Amino acid sequence: MSGELFGQVAIVTGGASGIGAASAALLAGAGATVVVADLQDARDSAGRFVCHDVASEESWQALLADVLKHEGRLDIMVNNAGISGGAGNVENTDVATWQRVQAINSEGVFLGCKYAIQGMKHIVGAAKPEPQGSIVNISSVAGLQAGAGAIAYTASKGAVRLLSKSVALYCAEKKYGIRCNSVHPGGVDTPIFDLLWQMVGREQGKAFLDGRHPIGRMAEPREIAEVVLWLASGRSSFVTGTEIAADGAITAGLMRRQPFVAP
Amino acid sequence: MSRLESKVVLVSGGASGIGAETARLVVRDGGKAVLADRDETRGRAVAGELGANALFVTLDVTDEAAWQAAVKAAVDAFGGLHGLLNAAGVGVRNSIEDCTLADYRRIHDINGLGTFLGCKAAIPAMKQSGGGSIVNISSVLGLRGASYAMAYCASKGAVRLLTKHVALHCAQQKYNIRCNSVHPGYIDTPMIAPRLEQNVENMTGRQFLEDLHPLGRLGRPEEVANMILFLLSDESTFSTGSEFVCDGGLTA
Repeated sequence: MSGELFGQVAIVTGGASGIGAASAALLAGAGATVVVADLQDARDSAGRFVCHDVASEESWQALLADVLKHEGRLDIMVNNAGISGGAGNVENTDVATWQRVQAINSEGVFLGCKYAIQGMKHIVGAAKPEPQGSIVNISSVAGLQAGAGAIAYTASKGAVRLLSKSVALYCAEKKYGIRCNSVHPGGVDTPIFDLLWQMVGREQGKAFLDGRHPIGRMAEPREIAEVVLWLASGRSSFVTGTEIAADGAITAGLMRRQPFVAP
Repeated sequence: MSRLESKVVLVSGGASGIGAETARLVVRDGGKAVLADRDETRGRAVAGELGANALFVTLDVTDEAAWQAAVKAAVDAFGGLHGLLNAAGVGVRNSIEDCTLADYRRIHDINGLGTFLGCKAAIPAMKQSGGGSIVNISSVLGLRGASYAMAYCASKGAVRLLTKHVALHCAQQKYNIRCNSVHPGYIDTPMIAPRLEQNVENMTGRQFLEDLHPLGRLGRPEEVANMILFLLSDESTFSTGSEFVCDGGLTA
């Protein structure tokens, strides 16, 4: 094996599909040993599959113990798992939906960062004398600019955006050598839109979302995974606490009057 | 002055700090204030001080039924609802390594879920009253991160974004309801009182916090309340979905 991430170990949550699967593939392609953590079976993926529920602290404890036992170290954490929770607005979203979305999208990323730091601090001899690593949290354009739908999703992604900055500053103060950044994808053609496809049909739904992006199309998962790879690698060594939009220029311009259908 | 003439404003966290100060200014400027808080003793004292144009209701912001009761109390007492200030919140110091899941959830329930439920409960009553203005208290820590306030930052980031959602939803539905977030720096309120006593780097907590702000001092509750009053009043009718910063230059 070779590649710039050779010898490094990465965990990708939600790695069975979408941005997670594409990220796992690119990280593995760059030489990293990848652990694909997902509730959904991912035995054919680019990495070792571990069944994992990001909303459960016990599941995180088990995952970290398992990775330190099998792979022996942790260098890269991609907190990608998330759900849309539907397009409910402020008036028709119930508390149970709100709590479920926060548990996965917000608490799941909090726990992911907390256990990532534990794993990255796990010192393994002279090869890695100090804690080092990169945490990449997948937020959304909805963490930068809201829409008229999906209040629970929007709030959870706003939380991930700010949480990432706090983690970056904390690790910097502690001189851990661990970086943390958030990625804000626009619409990406992944299973998160399955519900929308069911409602309006894939062709029509995709055409609508394509048109919401100034560059005229949604992203392919690989285009977001490239950003993840760059943030995970040492090439972004001075980049921490920041927010990287990969959104086809959605947030570059002004809010348009037509309703934006959130994932 | 009558900038809030005949407007009924519900204030969560109305027993102290920014909430209590806003209630005072609302009544001073001709409006009616409904103070909602868990702290009954202080809440009733502030409402009593404001007389017939104020009312106290007990409110746990994480309880949806309690929010509906608070809105109903406002409408029953004063005939409508035109303003909501979501000022209830908790400030907790913790880092990514020492914050427990239970801490994280509690902070998000009060600051995030509580603000969501306030908006949800107020919208129907505001629609019936011909429109209104919702003001959500986020923080400078909803704009910038802090190593020592991880869960608080995350919860205030949630408030910042959910505010924009509420603004866009109400605009799209043509409800004539606006919604904005206010981002205070460190304000001299009970929320930060414990920190004023903690010495940091050979300074008192107060000196340390004052020194953070380019203006060299803490904010006063009435300085934030004045910004909120502008947002609650008809002076700000073209402002919605926006972030209003009141921080003595902290984020500059």
